[in-house]
Amino acid sequence: MSDRSQDGPRTSVPRLIITQDNEFWFTAAREGRLEIQRCGECRTLRHPPAPSCPRCRSFVWDTVESSRRATLHSYTVIHHPPDPAFEYPLAVGLVDLEEGTRLVADIAGIPHEELTPGMELEVGFAEHAHGDVLPQLRRPSGGAA
Amino acid sequence: MTDGGFSGKAAIAGIGATEFSKNSGRSEWRLACESVLAALDDAQIGVEEVDGFALFTMETNPEIAVARALGIPELTFFSRIPHGGGGACAPVQQAALAVASGVADVVVVYRAFNERSGHRFGAGPPPFAYTANTDQEYRNWINPYGLLTPAQQEAFLARLYMERYGATSADFGQISVLSRKHAANNPKAWFHGRPITLEEHQNSRMIADPLRLLDCCQESDGGQALVIVSTERARDLPHPPAVISAAAQGVGPQQISMSSYYREDIDRMPEVELVARQMWRQAGIGPDQVDAAILYDAFTPMVLLQLEEYGFCGRGEAKDFIAEGNLELDGRLPVNTHGGQLGEGYIHGVNGIAEGVRLVRGTSVNQPAKAIDTVLVTGGSPVPHSALVLTADH
Ligand SMILES: [Zn+2]
Repeated sequence: MSDRSQDGPRTSVPRLIITQDNEFWFTAAREGRLEIQRCGECRTLRHPPAPSCPRCRSFVWDTVESSRRATLHSYTVIHHPPDPAFEYPLAVGLVDLEEGTRLVADIAGIPHEELTPGMELEVGFAEHAHGDVLPQLRRPSGGAA
Repeated sequence: MTDGGFSGKAAIAGIGATEFSKNSGRSEWRLACESVLAALDDAQIGVEEVDGFALFTMETNPEIAVARALGIPELTFFSRIPHGGGGACAPVQQAALAVASGVADVVVVYRAFNERSGHRFGAGPPPFAYTANTDQEYRNWINPYGLLTPAQQEAFLARLYMERYGATSADFGQISVLSRKHAANNPKAWFHGRPITLEEHQNSRMIADPLRLLDCCQESDGGQALVIVSTERARDLPHPPAVISAAAQGVGPQQISMSSYYREDIDRMPEVELVARQMWRQAGIGPDQVDAAILYDAFTPMVLLQLEEYGFCGRGEAKDFIAEGNLELDGRLPVNTHGGQLGEGYIHGVNGIAEGVRLVRGTSVNQPAKAIDTVLVTGGSPVPHSALVLTADH
């Protein structure tokens, strides 16, 4: 892949920072589930995870599983600088999940000229840097989400 | 003045810098020392009189290292502001607060780095990104998907702004052309004598769509320092004081560093609007009274967004405001007269503060013909923000 060193080039993607506040999300992702944190008091959804609800300040929370149906809110196509964890040009999207929260993930399998805010996408999962299984945006499969 | 208690009580009395280059050939520590000495010389204040420093957290030269190297015997005030360029103007606020309250008499602000020959911010996450704590936890939600640099992280906002208001890459390019025109006339600028055309901007390679290479600031080696004293003392020094009429910081709702993507409108910057409100309240003016502005230009779209957040034009109107010539030297609001960080050099916004001082003194290489009594200087976005209003002493 590269002649830069015997071990190959190293990604600059930092290792995930797993904390007591976000561990549930990464555990679910590893198992192919997209979870959204929900306030145990006022039921407001929130992402990225945080220890308390910004609306009612409750520390009580549970999660809901997302349908993984999403629409593209904004996007970029990255050309430079390249990182060995990705192939370039690399499309990355910000989506509105059907449940109402947003999510960032890379976009796979869609020609970049087709990307338009508002288009329907689906959240799948794929291996990322350091072997982490994380969300990836794709064309909707058409079948059950 | 009208608010804050410190408005008008302190002034920037000295500015000093090293050369701005791509390879200084010297240590960052030395660059810091050189720029501090140059600023003190400009103010004609003795080195041993310095009793305070206000810095960024990203500064790698601690105040005690500079104090030690320069033989500054005692410091009664030292502080550091987080969030990199977003905080660019905040150390000046710290200095003004310290001086106005009598905690210190001579406070120096500096920023010195080998950002081109050493670690480049545009190359990937900075060294501290690899520390596993809540401060860096926000990276979990962007870095693993390929958003690794500021340009990449800002691109979502720029794209949405284009979609929403019909702005184009060429509209962003206007800022690039303007900055390089001003830099071309500035001997201190890296791009001295090298103006560009809009066509060159449009032909420059894509970095993170819609941001092209010429939408991105430079990466530079260099140091810039500022000396803050009471306005009263500044009046007895060689240069006309650049009075700190307003200085503020701002964090907005659901703020995340470079990635406040979960707000209703991601192309709005409430932290900037919050700082704008403080500027006008403290200085007792509105945007119509600002004679010139130094708007933080790490990337061109942020200049358009700031013009709108500061109220120089309406939402979505920045492209037309620029096209009408308002930012030119003979326009309503001359902007980035030194060439900005796109043209002069990237000293994390602190070189822009120095240009604000020169505009108030009347000594910019691109000094507009009209009287410049009031200058707005801003820090970076979309991160926690800061800004200053510098005024002539009337
Ligand atoms: Zn709640």
